[in-house]
Amino acid sequence: MCVSDTLLAAAESEFHSPGPADFEFPPIFGEGTFFTKPMLIIVLATVAVALFFYLAARRAAAVPGKTQFMGESVYGFVRNGIALDSMGREGLRFVPYLATLFVFIVALNVSGIIPILQFPATSRIAIPLFLAVISWVIFNTIGIRRQGFVGYFKNMMFPPGIPWPVYILLAPIEFFSTVIIRPLTLTLRLTFNMFAGHLVLLLFILGGEFLVFEKGGLVGIAAGSVSLLGSIVLTFFEGFVQILQAYVFVLLTALYIGGAMSEEH
Amino acid sequence: MEGSLNMVGYGLAAIGPGIGIGLIFAAYINGVARQPEARNVLQGIAILGFALAEALAIIGIGLAFAL
Repeated sequence: MCVSDTLLAAAESEFHSPGPADFEFPPIFGEGTFFTKPMLIIVLATVAVALFFYLAARRAAAVPGKTQFMGESVYGFVRNGIALDSMGREGLRFVPYLATLFVFIVALNVSGIIPILQFPATSRIAIPLFLAVISWVIFNTIGIRRQGFVGYFKNMMFPPGIPWPVYILLAPIEFFSTVIIRPLTLTLRLTFNMFAGHLVLLLFILGGEFLVFEKGGLVGIAAGSVSLLGSIVLTFFEGFVQILQAYVFVLLTALYIGGAMSEEH
Repeated sequence: MEGSLNMVGYGLAAIGPGIGIGLIFAAYINGVARQPEARNVLQGIAILGFALAEALAIIGIGLAFAL
């Protein structure tokens, strides 16, 4: 485990600040196998999300129970707060995808502050990349299906009402931003928010631990205590950021789909 | 002291998005203060603008580690 590696390094009474190496995990079942901790977290999150929606929808009643109320709140939030606002009534058929995406990303993100797991699986770039590619395929498919292949790219690159010399500059920029920049920023935003958040938590917790238990002395214990107390506050802040980033990912996906559905840009 | 100049560069690069995000939320707070009933509409727009401005800082930290 990388955290224990860092702890061992700290035991040699010299502090090694956490870095990208703390995001590399060895296989759980020993050398030669492929199953690592992030994969375990994905499997657990998938099971948890499936179980959550199953339990919420199992006995749907007019007067909802606690689980059903929770499920309906989340679904209603995505439906009314995201889909209706950015896509209109037409977008309601994407709500199942968006709601699943939201809960799945929240589950993967929040694994960063759940004891024992304590690693946001979305900080490995492959996972957000794959989710972003799915969203990219969906909004491009919808756009091409709605406006035709030529019409979609024409509406994207040549929005009407602009003097023609501007198109020389605008068309490549619009194409580049829609086809390449959009999935890239979706991926990077989620990945590096989780990456940076996890790094800050590691720094505060491991640094505080080092100051209190390895360095010692009045100054060490005082500074380390402040750092450890700060890590509690930061954990809550990190929880907020994790849910916010899931919201942003889903909101942007909905906006992209909505933009592809409407004729005007 | 060990470290990388990349991080100093990232610190400088984060100034821009920092100012941008500050301006976005300042405008959002202003808008809500003037017209509290517009809060729901403004919230989505503010978070969208925040996400777009933040993307620059996020690309910066990605490059700081990658390069």
